[in-house]
Amino acid sequence: MENEFAPADIMLDLQNLKKVYPTANGDYIVLEHLNLQIKKEEFVTIIGHSGCGKTTMLSMIAGLNPISDGKISILGSAIRGPGPDRGVIFQAPSLMPWLTAMENVMLGVKQVFPHASRKQRADICKYYLSRVGLEGSFHKKAAALSQGMQQRVGIARAFAIKPKVLLLDEPFGMLDSLTRGNLQDVLIEIWNKEKITAVMITHDVDEAIFLADRVVMMTSGPKAKIGDVLDIGFERPRTRKTVIEHADYYNYRKYLIDFLEH
Amino acid sequence: MAYLELKNVQKSYGQGIGSQSVLQDINLEIEEGEFVAIVGFSGSGKTTLINLISGLQEPSSGEILFKGTPVSGTSHERGVIFQNYSLLPWLTVYQNVWIAVKETFPKKSKKERDDMVRSYLDMVNLSPAIDKRPKELSGGMKQRVAVARTLAMDPEMILMDEPLGALDALTRGKLQDEILHIWEKNKRTALLITNDVDEGIYMADRIIPLLPGPNATLGPEFKIDISRPRDKTELNDNPEFKKIRNEIIEYLMKIGHENDSSNESLYLLPDLEPKDLRWDFSSKLKLS
Repeated sequence: MENEFAPADIMLDLQNLKKVYPTANGDYIVLEHLNLQIKKEEFVTIIGHSGCGKTTMLSMIAGLNPISDGKISILGSAIRGPGPDRGVIFQAPSLMPWLTAMENVMLGVKQVFPHASRKQRADICKYYLSRVGLEGSFHKKAAALSQGMQQRVGIARAFAIKPKVLLLDEPFGMLDSLTRGNLQDVLIEIWNKEKITAVMITHDVDEAIFLADRVVMMTSGPKAKIGDVLDIGFERPRTRKTVIEHADYYNYRKYLIDFLEH
Repeated sequence: MAYLELKNVQKSYGQGIGSQSVLQDINLEIEEGEFVAIVGFSGSGKTTLINLISGLQEPSSGEILFKGTPVSGTSHERGVIFQNYSLLPWLTVYQNVWIAVKETFPKKSKKERDDMVRSYLDMVNLSPAIDKRPKELSGGMKQRVAVARTLAMDPEMILMDEPLGALDALTRGKLQDEILHIWEKNKRTALLITNDVDEGIYMADRIIPLLPGPNATLGPEFKIDISRPRDKTELNDNPEFKKIRNEIIEYLMKIGHENDSSNESLYLLPDLEPKDLRWDFSSKLKLS
């Protein structure tokens, strides 16, 4: 793919990315020749079949999985391991179950705001927890929250450290489809305010369209790469009502379903 | 007279002050041959509703009539596909289905029963796993055994409690088609509980939302006026599909947000930028 953006606009740059897992029967190439540029303040969703290497790609961006070849840079400098410039929201909420909602968010906030006062740090945690609708649950243990509420804490935790890039790995995949819709609204509302560059993996075509500026379609592995990209032209801020009633909505939907079915 | 009728059904758990009302003012009529889907949020009492209709539980007040007679206890006429599979762990896949067939069709010959068990297990693609026990199966496979077991009993009314939730999209689509096929061919009546609006529109004649609990009750119904057989890929271009899908989604989202606290934060965010830890963070962190 051509480099279509001015270098100064690029937040995240994946160049010729490759991932190989050695197996008993020789090397298994998960991804190869994968190129993707993501602009500042862009929201990109990634769809593809199970096992196509979406999660591998995201975990390489997060720095949790070494790169076999190629390069990943953020604002022009190559990443080295994980860091608080990239916030991750996982499919399983991955909270510390013995800590409260506040304490879970505070873990990250403490790391990146060493220069803030104790009160300021507490305010940051409270601010984000209330943005995701958890005013009443600051001091509840993570283990006592429903899965949907735990995922809300996960969203608050990721935004609270003000990352440069937000990485979301099917964050709502384990929720029922109605709770999922609710949390999409929570996510997009907080994102509208912060405009953090976001890369999100999803299985859900409706979710991919509703949230994204661009939907990236990955081919099936092995040697997965980017098969196609769909620009979503809806204005922001979006509401679900205007999006699903837009004349283009079901065309976008058909385009993506066709890609997945062939 | 409706085939299945629920009149002012109310269900609460516990006694006295501690009693918790789950369902309230449930009124529902299903005609013979109809396919009705109930769409609701987690924890709204969907499973309780299925248990009441199947006869596994009794309503605290109100009445449930099946073909004009009050429901008392379970019956082969109403088959349930449970969300938690409810297989017998000490029996094989084959035996789990066979035991249901034997109970329902005591007069059939051994050979006929064997044929039935095998053909339904084949329908759900479980022939290779026929001698496995439930603990050796994945969640999706267990779900398929449960579907085969209920359909093999050929009940007059098929009650389904989110039966396909744990399956991947391909298997899910296939089983939707199998359930529809049996419902249409044998002229059965069906009640499906689901959280998937698309599944409801694809399968049902009517969709009724179950509003969030406690005190859950049924919302206004949406009629699905799309001719059968329906085609999944063509549905996306069908104006009626788009219209009804949007109406239902908007309705459910509105209901969902009524339970939500406001998104306006009472707290002020301190004007601070995070420390750029990128470089000293990676060097401190030893990745092995």
